[in-house]
Amino acid sequence: MTVFSGYFSHSTDFEVHRNWLAITHSLPVSKWYHENTSEWTLDYPPLFAWFEYSLSHVAQHFDKEMLVVQNLIYTSPATILFQRLSVIVTDIVFIYAVKECCRSVREEKGSKDLLGHPFFILAALLLWNFGLLIVDHIHFQYNGFLFGILLLSVARHLQGRHLEGALLFTVLLNLKHIYLYIAPAYGIFLLRSYCFTKDNTDGSVRWSSFSPVRLVALGSIVISVGALSFGPFIAMGQLPQVLSRLFPFKRGLCHAYWAPNVWALYNMVDKALSVLGVRLKLLDVAKLPKASMTGGLVQEFQHSILPSVSPSITLICTLLSIMPAVLSIWCRPRGARGFLRCLVICALGSFMFGWHVHEKAILMAILPFSILAVESREDAGIFLMLTTTGHYSLFPLLFTAAELPIKVLLMLLFTLYSFTSLKKLFRGSLLNPLETTYLLGLVAVEILCEVVYPLSPWQHTLPFVPLLVTSVYCSLGVSYSFIRLYVSLLRQHGTDKHKQL
Amino acid sequence: MENWSLVSICVLFGLTARWAVSLNSYSGAGKPPMFGDYEAQRHWQEVTYNLPVHEWYFNTTDNNLNYWGLDYPPLTAYHSLLCAHVAKLINPDWVELHASRGHESYGHKLFMRATVLVADLLIYIPAVVLYSFYLSEGSNKKKVCTVLCILLYPGLILIDYGHFQYNSISLGLALWGVVVLGLGWDVLGSLAFVLSLNYKQMELYHSLPFFCYLLGKCFKQGLAGRGLFLLVKIAVTVLVTFALCWLPFLSDPGQILQVVHRLFPVGRGLFEDKVANTWCSLNVLIKIKTILSTDTQLYFSLTTTLLAILPSSIKLLMKPTLWQFKLALVNSSLAFFLFSFQVHEKSILLPALPVCLLLNDLPLPAIWFLQASTFSMLPLFLKDGLLVPYVVTSLAFLFFSIYLLSAFEHCSEDKLRLGPYRRLLICMPRMDLGRVTKWKFYFSITAMAGLSFMSVSLAPPDQLPDLFPLLVSVFSYLHFLGLLLYFNIVQIAEPPQSVRKNQKKSN
Repeated sequence: MTVFSGYFSHSTDFEVHRNWLAITHSLPVSKWYHENTSEWTLDYPPLFAWFEYSLSHVAQHFDKEMLVVQNLIYTSPATILFQRLSVIVTDIVFIYAVKECCRSVREEKGSKDLLGHPFFILAALLLWNFGLLIVDHIHFQYNGFLFGILLLSVARHLQGRHLEGALLFTVLLNLKHIYLYIAPAYGIFLLRSYCFTKDNTDGSVRWSSFSPVRLVALGSIVISVGALSFGPFIAMGQLPQVLSRLFPFKRGLCHAYWAPNVWALYNMVDKALSVLGVRLKLLDVAKLPKASMTGGLVQEFQHSILPSVSPSITLICTLLSIMPAVLSIWCRPRGARGFLRCLVICALGSFMFGWHVHEKAILMAILPFSILAVESREDAGIFLMLTTTGHYSLFPLLFTAAELPIKVLLMLLFTLYSFTSLKKLFRGSLLNPLETTYLLGLVAVEILCEVVYPLSPWQHTLPFVPLLVTSVYCSLGVSYSFIRLYVSLLRQHGTDKHKQL
Repeated sequence: MENWSLVSICVLFGLTARWAVSLNSYSGAGKPPMFGDYEAQRHWQEVTYNLPVHEWYFNTTDNNLNYWGLDYPPLTAYHSLLCAHVAKLINPDWVELHASRGHESYGHKLFMRATVLVADLLIYIPAVVLYSFYLSEGSNKKKVCTVLCILLYPGLILIDYGHFQYNSISLGLALWGVVVLGLGWDVLGSLAFVLSLNYKQMELYHSLPFFCYLLGKCFKQGLAGRGLFLLVKIAVTVLVTFALCWLPFLSDPGQILQVVHRLFPVGRGLFEDKVANTWCSLNVLIKIKTILSTDTQLYFSLTTTLLAILPSSIKLLMKPTLWQFKLALVNSSLAFFLFSFQVHEKSILLPALPVCLLLNDLPLPAIWFLQASTFSMLPLFLKDGLLVPYVVTSLAFLFFSIYLLSAFEHCSEDKLRLGPYRRLLICMPRMDLGRVTKWKFYFSITAMAGLSFMSVSLAPPDQLPDLFPLLVSVFSYLHFLGLLLYFNIVQIAEPPQSVRKNQKKSN
């Protein structure tokens, strides 16, 4: 089903992956993380590099020239065809994972036609996820493949096959280290629900039921996969180089386009205060740092009025934000579904407070959340809010006029479908009037940014304003969903506690 | 889910598919000096905007008819004028007289594609939705599926949004004619059809069924009385609409003659290029183009066409119902396609439209025809660089239509109305014709896929450079001939007093 979207113009990510194919194919392993002919250096963990290596063996049958490292920005039709096909083929993993998730979804009794079944809605919401379509097929990445592994791992946990789930997650972690965001959820859940085989009647930890066998099993899985991927590099003593490529902290608090998280709001407040300060003559213009935060380049900068934010601060904020959720599944584990909720909160928390977050990371929260959304009414309401704002925030990724109708049409399709199908499933309106007004405001923002602003005189002097407006408006929605999600978690925690009394 | 949301989703999906195809290349892209249909449409905007009306169809110093001279009726010219006005607002360079010749740019391509989309959205898509909801049978679910399948028909998408034409306007107007006639408003229906005819003269393929249907209705209502009144009303509507469309040209008979001369270039020969019709396929065995003189060819084709359309038209005249009307549209336009003079492969869209209307009633033959029609245009798509959209849209169409319309479940002899075939094959009573049809379908689709793959990947032998286009057109021709026979049999074999329980509009 995702096949039909597979033939668009390419983007820089295209060149990134072509470069990695070239590096892994043409150079010996010891040079992979030192190579920097192109500006797009290898910054995913080694297992992904092995994946690109195996792909490159297929690629050489399509066009040998793409595998030459010096051929920067090489785009023959065969190259494009191969890259697109590789995404489509690896999406098979995603399709299989969706099938497995659908199997694990709880269903109510009663006759429903095919369109009304929760598992069908879930399948449609996942397979046709606007964000994934845009990012993978139009913008080009292997997220379908990676999210497929993530969803498969979640499905395995829902089905009770925890070792497989753990294995899949370790593989995923070694493919793209951004999934470290949700590692705490996995770690605590597996430790609590898997290593401790029984709970006390009130749900708290029964220390006596600790099973060292299981812990060893988990540990060996993690270590063996890690060894497989990092092993060669540790043997060559390149570990520091690899780590520096994986975690480039020089990149700045925000991406060139601010992801709609807390720091976007923070930056906004800072800019507003500085403008206000200059107007009220409280500040000297010359003393303000010149670097523009949305100038399109990725660089470090300082905030002008509010205290600057360093990577360690973001780390602390992230950990603080996910701590309550993690503690909740430690104290009162609610099985796999509780783990899933915690996973979503961890992903969302890291998105909100992380360092140099890319707006694509919102998908890490949206996709697993879809499973919860088809099972509970309240979750469906939060899901609609999160997914609509999250997907809208991806719009600036596609900025050419040709892609405008596509992104608008696909967004309308997905939003219309998700609203009507979830509404029908849960019989009734899922959003209160304030939320509906906010979402309708998105339409106004879109018209403002794409139609009105380019025709206005400020387009040349302040070109980043549409991006700023989009980012700030969406971060309101995302923060709201985050808070609501937390409230629902803590409320569940509270009711559980009440049950024991 | 409610109907409106399902239909909106289908329409959005159709629009997405259309825009996705339009991101690809168009006819004549980057091929000076003549370029292709895209440049023709742009040129017409230039001509209609800059020159006065009486010069549009004439060969003057400013208007060289050899370079994509206007050869469609006045409505196309008016539409080009409208587009030109919009183009002038956005970027005057696009319609600058002479200076804009061969203009190709990113912005211009978006503009042209957008004009097609707007026309489609305003004319064709509403007609499809209205048809599915008011004139087709079945549950609401089935109607929504019909909308989706008709909107996904690859041939129209690829020609309009890929190759670049405005077929959705003429076909859409004709469809409006069918819908309105089906709802019983004869005068408005004839108005819509006349407009369609004035947009593209190829709609003449559909004119005989419209004529016979309306005449038959008048006969049924009694020629002395209401029938006559209806006839007069329709005649007056047709004449007035023609007059209004041709108003600027009516002042001078020379104008009218010149326009007619541009619309019907009889000097051009029996066929050009490879077309999946009788003459081109016959030419493989006997070189008729060289054996017969042009005049003989003309008479020959005229006679065969008339013979082919006669049975269907007479039946429609005697029994003017919607079902007969739809079948007559198919039969008439397909017969014209197969036997007429100077047919282009794009004209297969004319029979394809009424076949889309049959998707609900006879799913398997309709899907088969629609896929064959797309396949028959493969050489054109390859020339335009539209291979990937062709493959993707065909697969999507096959998948959705076979699954959603349960084509294989409605595959019994009864459902496919294979009664007459059964009578012919009296010697083999035990053969399950339904199963045979299914297997023929599988074989045909596989062969089409195989031929498509071969056309792309293999190089033809030196002695036969046109091997693959020829194979494609002959293969499609056999399909069209067989399906012409089938649809004729279905139309004619229908018993005169049939009480089809699912017939909504009868007379």
